[in-house]
Amino acid sequence: MTAALETRSLVKRFGGLAACNDVSLTLEQGARHALIGPNGAGKTTLVNLLTGVLEPTSGSVVLAGEDITRLSVHARVRRGMVRTFQITQLFNGLTPLASLALAVSAQRGASAGGWRRLGDDPDVARECDSLLARFGLVDVMDQPVAALAYGKRRLLEIATALACRPRVLLLDEPVAGVPEGDRQEIFETIGALPTDVSVLLIEHDMDLVFNFAKTVTVLVNGAVFAEGEVGAIAADPRVKAVYLGEGEGEDDASRPAHG
Amino acid sequence: MSGAGPSSSPAARSLARYARWRAWELALFAVLPLSWLLLPTHSLLVNEIAIVALFAVSLDLILGYAGIVSLGHAAFFGFGAYAAALFAKEMNADPLLGLAVAVGASALLGAASSVLILRGSDLTRLMVTLGVASILYELANQLDGLTGGADGLQGVVMGPLVTPFGRFAFDLSGRVACAYSLTVLGLSLLLARRLVHSPFGISLQALRDNRLRAESIGLSVRLRLAAVYTIAAAFAGAAGALLAQTSGFASLDVFDFHRSAEVLLVLVIGGTGYLYGGVFGAIVFKLLHDLISAWTPQYWNFWLGLFLVVLVLVGRDRFVRPWTWLRSGR
Repeated sequence: MTAALETRSLVKRFGGLAACNDVSLTLEQGARHALIGPNGAGKTTLVNLLTGVLEPTSGSVVLAGEDITRLSVHARVRRGMVRTFQITQLFNGLTPLASLALAVSAQRGASAGGWRRLGDDPDVARECDSLLARFGLVDVMDQPVAALAYGKRRLLEIATALACRPRVLLLDEPVAGVPEGDRQEIFETIGALPTDVSVLLIEHDMDLVFNFAKTVTVLVNGAVFAEGEVGAIAADPRVKAVYLGEGEGEDDASRPAHG
Repeated sequence: MSGAGPSSSPAARSLARYARWRAWELALFAVLPLSWLLLPTHSLLVNEIAIVALFAVSLDLILGYAGIVSLGHAAFFGFGAYAAALFAKEMNADPLLGLAVAVGASALLGAASSVLILRGSDLTRLMVTLGVASILYELANQLDGLTGGADGLQGVVMGPLVTPFGRFAFDLSGRVACAYSLTVLGLSLLLARRLVHSPFGISLQALRDNRLRAESIGLSVRLRLAAVYTIAAAFAGAAGALLAQTSGFASLDVFDFHRSAEVLLVLVIGGTGYLYGGVFGAIVFKLLHDLISAWTPQYWNFWLGLFLVVLVLVGRDRFVRPWTWLRSGR
């Protein structure tokens, strides 16, 4: 079976610095894969390479067998490569409903038609209903996005991504900055993502990583440092060392870590 | 939860409500024919207001909806004016045909120059739009064999308006001109209204709010900016054509910087981003202009400036609700 998403020897250099150094990742269909690593490990660079914000120095990105390395951001989204943002990116002038209806219409290619009204298509409205209900946004669907509480904004962020009908969903730190009380709702929502969507989770919160992910890649200094089943990674002393801040590179990290 | 029909879908109901006709919108559309019927002695003024309103509505499409700042929107207004005047003089005196030609020509210019506004910051766009208008001004000045240069394009004689209701020749009191401009304004507003409530129109607001997010839901931002710039250029060209056709004249003034600045003022007075700001702004601006210059012709700019400063500082919402003035600030 073709992998949902694959990177082949992806390299991105900023001057002399390799922010992404020969990264080859494979995301199987329906994967629940986490990408972790200390600050500055190159997680953000990798996300930008995957989504098309940055062009790689060399290497390629392959989505369901199609090379998308040179495609623009929006063309990748149309093919099912969808992301959420670590810092919430929403349309503050619209309502949650209008945001979702726009995303759904865009995915159906209806957004180019200037003559129909947004929501004239009953299928679009139905899909919005289902998304709003699933993310607990029905009560606030007509409020301006700018007025939403932070937890609701995070949920809308994920709902907007799902409205794009992703095949591969990149969740960039979905609980970053979310207060304790609202986290559970987001954990549950992420846990309930459709199984045909392959998910790559970029996260600092180890609870979420170990509860959600089945496989983990650890990125250090722009390169793959360790990869495997979530249990094996959790038990790996080298990974612990990196996370305890003792290991700055591969040499240090090979030392055994304390608890 | 959602049942069978669209009426049982909360999202469908809400989305329909977003695009619903408001009472004040209907009232505004009713004002267009009423102003023609009730103000027969002010036809020339109403005609002017309608033209400025259409021009400002076209600026609102790019500024209020898509967030493209421009200090050179007169480029399209002027291009439409010269296109209509030249077409009438050299080819065919039919006003509707001329209007169509002017709209087409301005749209082409808009499409061609849209590549200049796709990238860059607001400041870049201000300079680029200003530059394009200046270039056209100078071209119209230099190509005097075609445009009449600094003297303007004189001796434009328009044929009668041929409509299903009969043939109407433009008259000196401006009755026909006024009805013509109001009709074009009304139809343009209907068209623009449909546009801004469509997924395309909503996507413009989305990319204005957050360009990165707009791309991340699969929208081509560049394509949309180019499209709305072209459409706005077409509307501005229509406004320019109306001016040239109803005055029988096109001069360098249509490309002048003060035109671009004035239409921005009109739009700011009326408010951006809800489509009708240009209409309200044009009414207020032209009436103020008439009132103040009748009262004190030399100091019109002083009073306009004072009005703008007060309007912007007090805020439009508060300004149009005088009963809130005495209450505390927040």
